[in-house]
Amino acid sequence: MNTGSVHSWDIATSVDGPGTRFVLFLSGCPLRCLYCHNPDTWHMRDGHRMTVDEVAAEMSKYVRFIKVAGGGMTISGGEPLLQPAFTAALFRRAKELGLHTALDTSGFLGARASDELLADTDLVLLDIKSWDPATYRRVTRGEVAPTLTFARRLADMGKPMWVRFVLVPGHTDDPANIEGIARFVSTLDTVERVEVLPFHKLGAPKYAALGIPFPLENTPTPDAELVRRVRSQFSDRGVPVH
Amino acid sequence: MRPGAVIEETSLRAAGSAWQGFRPGRWADEIDVRDFIQANYSPYTGDSAFLAGPTPRTTALWKRLTTMFVDERARGIYDVDTHTPSSITAHAPGYIDREHELIVGLQTDAPLKRAIMPQGGLRIVESGLKTYGYELDPQVRKIFTQYRKTHNDGVFDAYTAEIRRARKAGIITGLPDAYGRGRIIGDYRRVALYGVDRLITAKEAERAALDELWSTEDVIRDREELAEQIRALEELRQMAASYGHDISGPATTGREAVQWLYFAYLAAVKEQNGAAMSLGRTSTFLDVYLQRDLDEGRLTESEAQELVDDLVIKLRIVRFLRTPEYDQLFSGDPTWVTESIGGMGSDGRPLVTRTSFRFLQTLYNLGPAPEPNLTVLWSSHLPEGFKRFCAKVSIDTSSIQYENDELIRPRFSDDTAIACCVSAMRVGEQMQLFGARVNLAKALLYAINGGRDEISGVQVAPASPPLTGEYLDANEVRAAFDRMTDWLAKTYVEALNIIHSMHDKCAYERIEMALHDHPVQRLLGCGVAGLSVVADSLSAIQHARVRVIRDETGLAVDYAVEGDFPKYGNNDDRADAIAVDLVEDFMTKVRRYPAHRDAVHTQSVLTITSNVVYGKHTGNTPDGRRAGEPFAPGANPMNGRDKHGLVAAALSVAKLPYDQAQDGISLTASITPTGLGRTADEQVTNLVGVLDAYTDAGGFHLNANVLNRETLLDAMAHPENHPQLTIRVSGYAVNFIRLTPEQQRDVINRTFHESL
Repeated sequence: MNTGSVHSWDIATSVDGPGTRFVLFLSGCPLRCLYCHNPDTWHMRDGHRMTVDEVAAEMSKYVRFIKVAGGGMTISGGEPLLQPAFTAALFRRAKELGLHTALDTSGFLGARASDELLADTDLVLLDIKSWDPATYRRVTRGEVAPTLTFARRLADMGKPMWVRFVLVPGHTDDPANIEGIARFVSTLDTVERVEVLPFHKLGAPKYAALGIPFPLENTPTPDAELVRRVRSQFSDRGVPVH
Repeated sequence: MRPGAVIEETSLRAAGSAWQGFRPGRWADEIDVRDFIQANYSPYTGDSAFLAGPTPRTTALWKRLTTMFVDERARGIYDVDTHTPSSITAHAPGYIDREHELIVGLQTDAPLKRAIMPQGGLRIVESGLKTYGYELDPQVRKIFTQYRKTHNDGVFDAYTAEIRRARKAGIITGLPDAYGRGRIIGDYRRVALYGVDRLITAKEAERAALDELWSTEDVIRDREELAEQIRALEELRQMAASYGHDISGPATTGREAVQWLYFAYLAAVKEQNGAAMSLGRTSTFLDVYLQRDLDEGRLTESEAQELVDDLVIKLRIVRFLRTPEYDQLFSGDPTWVTESIGGMGSDGRPLVTRTSFRFLQTLYNLGPAPEPNLTVLWSSHLPEGFKRFCAKVSIDTSSIQYENDELIRPRFSDDTAIACCVSAMRVGEQMQLFGARVNLAKALLYAINGGRDEISGVQVAPASPPLTGEYLDANEVRAAFDRMTDWLAKTYVEALNIIHSMHDKCAYERIEMALHDHPVQRLLGCGVAGLSVVADSLSAIQHARVRVIRDETGLAVDYAVEGDFPKYGNNDDRADAIAVDLVEDFMTKVRRYPAHRDAVHTQSVLTITSNVVYGKHTGNTPDGRRAGEPFAPGANPMNGRDKHGLVAAALSVAKLPYDQAQDGISLTASITPTGLGRTADEQVTNLVGVLDAYTDAGGFHLNANVLNRETLLDAMAHPENHPQLTIRVSGYAVNFIRLTPEQQRDVINRTFHESL
């Protein structure tokens, strides 16, 4: 695929992968997470069309900076695997430019990731949004099974992963839910770290701007004690937590 | 190198023991501190593990002052001597706590007590005193009205009507015509290395060499200045003697080296209320002395750190009496005691020593502070341990600024220091004639309005036909702007020549210049404000449609932008190239007009906190900025218009050509700690990477604030809980709670980069 639907890009440090990165946000996502902070990336039709050449031209302005600073390119979204061919073509370009590549995905569409795409992917930032299928469905309107299958496939092929988990009080914080992820992750040899991301409301203004109600408007952000508990649930399983 | 710098037998003998253990070189025969450093310093490539914390003595001394700061903040100033015009010897010795100070000397006879310096301008002194409820001694007023002319009086005798209009309208701003120009760095190290006697001998030789020349006005002035320099050195010796130190000869120990050097600096701040009174590049010089004492077992690490801490305490309490108008421009009571740290030597060895670390360590031992203005000369070749320590200190204290050593060293030297915020000069060889800056945004509005002021309607610049179309035409605007900046550059340089001629005559920096070579190389420090406003305005006119809204007199007072346009700060050449052209064009124009005493023209893109005041006095602009809204500081993109993060913005700024702005290009960035990484170690690694990459891209300067927005909001609401909260503002650091509420809001509203 020579063109894709792009929401935006920026240069960010340490948020979506190691070092300073050219982060491309694609438009379109099959999930509707309650806590989503990028509701403006839900629909492919809302993005703007860009060719692989156009993105590569923008990216190439930062190659030297990224190489000196340390970092790479990340494709995020939205859900990049909604546009697997575009994503694969962009990673091919990134590798040609000598950049480290990271795929930021929920894994829900992991089956669409070709072996060629994954060969050009150095790191997968895999969002495991919940373990309990009912919780997963309630929080995302999707199924957890495809993500787990994808995670196993990545581990089997030796692909490094950073697992991410968004901690939302009253929604994803049930100890058993976290225990499930922690146990599963501890069986994946290629997981380098787990990032526990405390729920925040920085996306609320975007909902207001789009005229959509923010479902978690009244949900509190997790307190330090809760964050500590969840982090230790992971570290107790021997998983490095960040 | 210097003519006739012959050493007398006596000073050689005296120096013998003081210099024991030092490797000889040219420096022993001539005044050449750089040569001394190169021959004797020990580069340090390790990490920060060796550093010592504060001793109880240091903590107690600092605490005594911090309680006084509370009163000072409440009253505006702590105290002032209204009777004694300051000079090197005017005040009796003063102490914070005589028994417990390792390094002594205050500007007046008590800590935080300010001095008056009426030779710069009497009105400034009177207005400054009045603000805080004091009256000037009538005798002093009489002297400086009836018998002695001030710099300020002299300037206004010679200003043209046009300059007065431009100054009043605020198109030429912040001129040092009523206060000391500053941005002169005496080579204070010379006093420690050579002692006063030897320096006087060298100055006498320089003066004697002028006897051979025909007495033109220039030669007469040079002779008189050298005579004044010698007199100032004598006074320096006398002032030190009043504190019980004989500084005729060279310092013999680390403690003496710190003390001698500080006396020299102290003499400068007793004599001059310069806008920026920078220290220079002293840490690696002092390290030679501290290292010698350490090697010989005369000093421990803790004692070495104590000396540096004590020096820094003194530098933190340098004070000047200033007016509210001045504070509006340069907020937070800054003194710009800039100390340049690090950098590489031209032989490839890093100029980093343990004392470079010790200076940074004061930010932990005494807590964060805006002064001294610690400036790291950054190069990717610096030792990894030092780079990581700098990044860590930045993240913990937000008190460091960075300047690109790889740009400075080849153009100046490896013994170059920063004066004020971003002004590089070779220590002891160059000085600056400070010129504040012109308001380029206003110039654009004048171009559209045929030279009339957009707010008052007054004809300030010579009348030209105003642009009359409903929409602004890019070619017409550019042609009109070109004519307007021709006029502006001419009026500006003319004003600066008048100012500096009078400053030399009425408020000559005797002691600072005594610590320079003769002849000195002068730099004319011009500057521009409003760069991003004009770049975006011209981009809007070119890429979108800009409709003009005029009042009943035909004056263009507002602009409606139809459509989108590329904005400076997004690493987009369409807009960035406009900013590059603006910098190049104005530099070219300024260079056309000969400068006072053959100074070399330079230019800065720097506003310090004055971006707020300039914005306040500038009407609506064609980029959509509202009247009164602050400009972006320095070379920053306009607030909120940089859409792709700090790195893209920084790369836009890095495109501005340093060769056309050798007085410095300033970028201020605020980032949150989590925007740098999840762990402390990761944050350090990433900040080091970004600094390497930014300097590699040709970026000149970075003020790095690592802060939470919430912290700042809390400090606005509860200043008492944040007495030492320091933030970097366009080239220097300020105590956040001492900013005006308006400036505090500007800092908070400025793009807060959640991630880099």
